[in-house]
Amino acid sequence: MTTPILTLTIDGRPVSGLATETVLQVAGENGIAIPTLCFLDGLSATGACRLCMVEIEGSAKLHPACVTPIQEGMVVTTQSERLRSYRRAIVQLLFAERNHVCAVCVSNGHCELQDLARELGIDHIDFPGRYPALAVDASHSRFVLDHNRCVLCTRCVRVCAEIEGAHTWDVKNRGIRSQIVADLDTPWGTSTTCTGCGKCVHVCPTGALSEKGRSVAEMQKKRPALPYLVANRAEERR
Amino acid sequence: MPVNESTAPPADDTRWQLIDRVMQRLDRRPDALIETLHAAQDAFGYLDSTTLAHIASRLRLPPAKVFGVVTFYNHFRLKPKGEHTLAVCTGTACHLKGNDKMLAWLRDRYHLAPGDTSPDNRLSLVEVRCVGACALAPVFLPDGALVGKKSFGEATAIIEEWLGDAP
Repeated sequence: MTTPILTLTIDGRPVSGLATETVLQVAGENGIAIPTLCFLDGLSATGACRLCMVEIEGSAKLHPACVTPIQEGMVVTTQSERLRSYRRAIVQLLFAERNHVCAVCVSNGHCELQDLARELGIDHIDFPGRYPALAVDASHSRFVLDHNRCVLCTRCVRVCAEIEGAHTWDVKNRGIRSQIVADLDTPWGTSTTCTGCGKCVHVCPTGALSEKGRSVAEMQKKRPALPYLVANRAEERR
Repeated sequence: MPVNESTAPPADDTRWQLIDRVMQRLDRRPDALIETLHAAQDAFGYLDSTTLAHIASRLRLPPAKVFGVVTFYNHFRLKPKGEHTLAVCTGTACHLKGNDKMLAWLRDRYHLAPGDTSPDNRLSLVEVRCVGACALAPVFLPDGALVGKKSFGEATAIIEEWLGDAP
């Protein structure tokens, strides 16, 4: 059985996609950019960051494009004043929540949070910063986890569980107290499940996970080709 | 993770048989986790890392996942409880009726934040989100007995008296 092809309108353009695809995928295939943060091709989508929210005609609420399947005749708007104000608020809240000091960050200039702020024209934060006192875990021989820069996108959690199969990372606590945690709140260096593959470091959008020995602005991430890894693990290709 | 010596429980502690039975009954399915955690906390009073590591390996769950679940729910404790437990409701009605002030007072008077136990192990403070008695707000529970509709002054006096350190 073949998957039916559906037609829809995104930002006034008639487009089509497979019935199994999401709004974000179809937009991407047609060169329509929707801002994302927690989404990463090859990982499961969680719809956590809410930056990919789009308007769908006939629905008063906003829908996260990364987890919304396309429907026949759907009319989607990806850019509007309303969406822009929500996206700006989300990015500003992310900045206010932890200690995102770009000037002294290993990922300065190569950071997805910084890129988003620039794209959305954010030059100051309207909310008071929380400036929490958070730990830095440098117990691993090659990598560092800095909670001060974490946006809790859970890309590291998903890449470790879904691709590497180690599931070293997860999220502890809840709400504002949430934090990334290794094993049973074990220092990363003594984790028994971590394979040291470094995928989490390279999928991290900010400077929260970095290689040891990198100084300011020196941490350039090499995004692993996750769809390639997924395909190779799913079937024999020799 | 395989069951190794560090995660295997002491064989002579019968409480472990109880917990193992719960896991067995649920076919050691990963979704038996919460049920198992309840059994373990009932048996030991709290959940230490040895217990969690053992449960994780028996249910073939990642330790991080287990830790995430334990810390997500208020009900589970990672440290032993004190002699007495004071639960303060911070549900909407109780918050509006002044239990935020109560928590601030407990912090000043006993140096306790929700989830903490005093260093002398006398008092544990926990925060609960609604006990279903909103009409009696603000509500607090010294050792599980509900006290409601008290002014701030009355409430603090009751707590000091209950702990035997009224001025």
